[in-house]
Amino acid sequence: MLELAAVLFLVSIGVFLLLSLVPGDPAVAVLGEGRTPQEYAAMRHELGLDQPLLARYGDWLGGVLHGDLGTSLVPPQTGVLERIGSALPVSLELAVLGLVLALLIALPLAMWSAYHQGGRADRAISAATFGLLSMPSFLIGIVLIALLVDGLGLFARNEWVRIGDSIGGNLHHAFLPALTIALMEAAMFTRILRGDLVTTLHEDFILAARARGMSPLRIMLSDALRPSSFSLVTVLGLSIGRLVGSTVIVEYLFALPGMGKLVIDAANQGNYPVVQGAVLVIALVYVASNALIDRSYGLLDPRTRRAHA
Amino acid sequence: MSTPLLEVTDLRTVFHTPRGDVHAVDGVSFSLAPGESLGLVGESGSGKSVLGRTVMGLIGSGATTTVSGSVLLGGRSVHDLRPAERRRLWGPEVAMVFQDPMTSLNPVKRVGTHLTETLRRHLRCSRADAVERGIDLLRQVGIPEPARRMRQYPHELSGGMRQRVVIATALACDPRLLIADEPTTALDVTVQKQILDLLASLVAERTMAMVLVSHDLGAVAGRTDRVQVMYAGRTVESGPTRPVFAAPDHPYTDALLASIPRLGNPPHTLLRTIEGNPPDMGRPPEGCRFAPRCGFASARCAEEQPVAAVVPGGREVACHHPILEVSRGR
Amino acid sequence: MTWLTLILGAALLAPLLPLGNHDDSVAGLTQPVFAAPGGLGAAHPLGTNNYGLDVLARAVYGARTSVVIALLAVLIGTAVGGLVGLVSGFVRGTTDRVVGILANALLAVPPLILLIALGTVLDPSVRSIAFALSLLTIPSMVRLARANTITVAQREYVLAARALGAGRVRLMLREVLPNVVLPVLSLSVVMISVLVVAEASLSFLGIGIEQPQPTWGNMIAEGQGGVMQEHPYIVVVPGICLFLTVFSFNLLGEKAQKRWDPRSAKL
Repeated sequence: MLELAAVLFLVSIGVFLLLSLVPGDPAVAVLGEGRTPQEYAAMRHELGLDQPLLARYGDWLGGVLHGDLGTSLVPPQTGVLERIGSALPVSLELAVLGLVLALLIALPLAMWSAYHQGGRADRAISAATFGLLSMPSFLIGIVLIALLVDGLGLFARNEWVRIGDSIGGNLHHAFLPALTIALMEAAMFTRILRGDLVTTLHEDFILAARARGMSPLRIMLSDALRPSSFSLVTVLGLSIGRLVGSTVIVEYLFALPGMGKLVIDAANQGNYPVVQGAVLVIALVYVASNALIDRSYGLLDPRTRRAHA
Repeated sequence: MSTPLLEVTDLRTVFHTPRGDVHAVDGVSFSLAPGESLGLVGESGSGKSVLGRTVMGLIGSGATTTVSGSVLLGGRSVHDLRPAERRRLWGPEVAMVFQDPMTSLNPVKRVGTHLTETLRRHLRCSRADAVERGIDLLRQVGIPEPARRMRQYPHELSGGMRQRVVIATALACDPRLLIADEPTTALDVTVQKQILDLLASLVAERTMAMVLVSHDLGAVAGRTDRVQVMYAGRTVESGPTRPVFAAPDHPYTDALLASIPRLGNPPHTLLRTIEGNPPDMGRPPEGCRFAPRCGFASARCAEEQPVAAVVPGGREVACHHPILEVSRGR
Repeated sequence: MTWLTLILGAALLAPLLPLGNHDDSVAGLTQPVFAAPGGLGAAHPLGTNNYGLDVLARAVYGARTSVVIALLAVLIGTAVGGLVGLVSGFVRGTTDRVVGILANALLAVPPLILLIALGTVLDPSVRSIAFALSLLTIPSMVRLARANTITVAQREYVLAARALGAGRVRLMLREVLPNVVLPVLSLSVVMISVLVVAEASLSFLGIGIEQPQPTWGNMIAEGQGGVMQEHPYIVVVPGICLFLTVFSFNLLGEKAQKRWDPRSAKL
């Protein structure tokens, strides 16, 4: 926990310093062009930009610790926290949905592939996943839009429906973006899991389970899957970073009001309090989920569970 | 003698590897009556483990393997059954104890799960019944505090205890045939004898037949009715255990026996070793496979494959110059 | 492999090739807008975009930008990350711990978010984008180099050299470095493809290299807003270029890892 805090503290410094170096004048961003130098100076004073750097950092960090991330520079001048509060659920939903979809796709594919190791299906799956891994997520998204929306007319591209308003409508809209996120992760998961499954299937205890008359499906699910998922879980941790990235891109591509869109718009406008706040929150979520994943090893392997206890 | 429980005829297992075909089992026959126990003996790489697995049907013909010959278990041909039917045999008809209890128990499954899932699969009993029977089985194989052990994971048990669990799992559905594949090789010497005696007593009280695969002649002696000595995928000698070990006919059996240290030997007796290594199974020698390492080999041995000949006393030996003949001349 | 040679060759020789107009939108005014691909021999073999700029020429110049950025960033990242990892793995102690925390802090921000944050600050030039991307590679390079250094430094021959009185710097450069270089290099090959994707993503989002200078990312972005539906080639051409390039680098990277760093080849 202490290390987590240290890392987050460093991130906050980094984020703050970085964005304090923004070229261009935040006062211009607020007021627009063509005001008098006095007006700009007054605005800089109002924003506290005439204070020394350390004092500003102290102010900001103090605010952060009290749950105040400042206010947006660009109208509407709402609180940054509020902005994030409305954007974060969208991104989280996309990311979680994407991850779940990815696992739903990857698990059966990996099992099928490993069971028929070296067979035609295995080779086809291997080639397809390798190809998918070479596609940036926005390219996958564009291909999916071209195929499913324009080609088959399956999904309409229109306004995002909040989950509170209509769960069905929300899912209907979230599916395609989530699928875009899922495909790439699924390709990665399939490859990792297949590799480990192939190793596990050569283990003695698999042969022993067969010798007890267990069916292949049962052996796969109950004997092979769990010991094979260690690398998958590790990769899951790594993939969360990628997941955030593809969520950002997918939000942009599908014009969804999530964190990604928030950050990109703010970045383009030089709206630094929003960028600072959002990056900090994203880092927090990211670090926390990685910590969660570290914990989950114990669930998978009783041997490590004892070691920790 | 009644109809055999197991009848293996001219069984061959060939692995097709990138380096060429490997004849791991090359024309082996034997039969086993109900309740009878057979020791399958040979050096590592002699094909005895593959034989055990092929007999059970765990190894079958496929893309990389060809099995020929026949295995009749209770009159049914193991290799001609459909996979689902064959799986129904594994457990109630034939079960296997594996070499290494460290690896043959799933590390992420509780001990009890190994037992209960087997019971429930074949006996279709309730969970509570299965747990009860599982505890009973653990008690039968001599595990103290069986109820507590059921909830433990394999890594929390010692090697000997784990092997007892493996045996209990194999016995779960009262099989008529138990194939024990080097059941003590991975264990401490002190535990080996306990496990072997346990197996012998279980076989005796259940009238279960057993094939005990081992490279350890001592493990087989005194615990099996008959013994079959394998070399490079073939049977070199077979017969009732005691006479075969007392007076081996085949030079290989003789050499194998001579390489065991004995308490009765005077101190500083030189142990004999068998010169050379077992043949590369990818390209075995023509003729007798033991010929390159055999002290009695003649030109004929290098060319002509010896056929198993029946020797008095229910024994068979595959050798051009069996010891009984030689020793008569001595 | 052929594709990589082709792309690298084209990128290198771009100014010498008889290509159409790739970034002068004023001159583009005289050209047809959204001309369909005309095939070989036509004025615009792969068509033109909404400014009348030649798509083939833009794809080739885009390769130049993308590949230059990725290579530059990997070069910086490998050199800095590898060196820092080597030193921190060799010296251990406080230096090592500080480096570890710094690397973790860098890793604590998801890569694309870091890029976007940097994009807010830096001007969108090839040099600064390459610098930003190199920041992505540094932490993983540090980790890999450090881990390898630690294992190698414990080997007997390093101990033997130390016993012979070799100095620290000499030990590091002569005994340890040669053993660390190969895995680090193989990771850097993999990194190239990651960075090509990252650069394309940035440009696609409008934060990277700006129009009219072409990169595959911003070329694909031109297809946004219904353009793609009517003129698919606008997206298809850079899309395929991007895919094939990343695919080739991935293949290359997989081969390199199998050969030089069998342990991490699984990932």
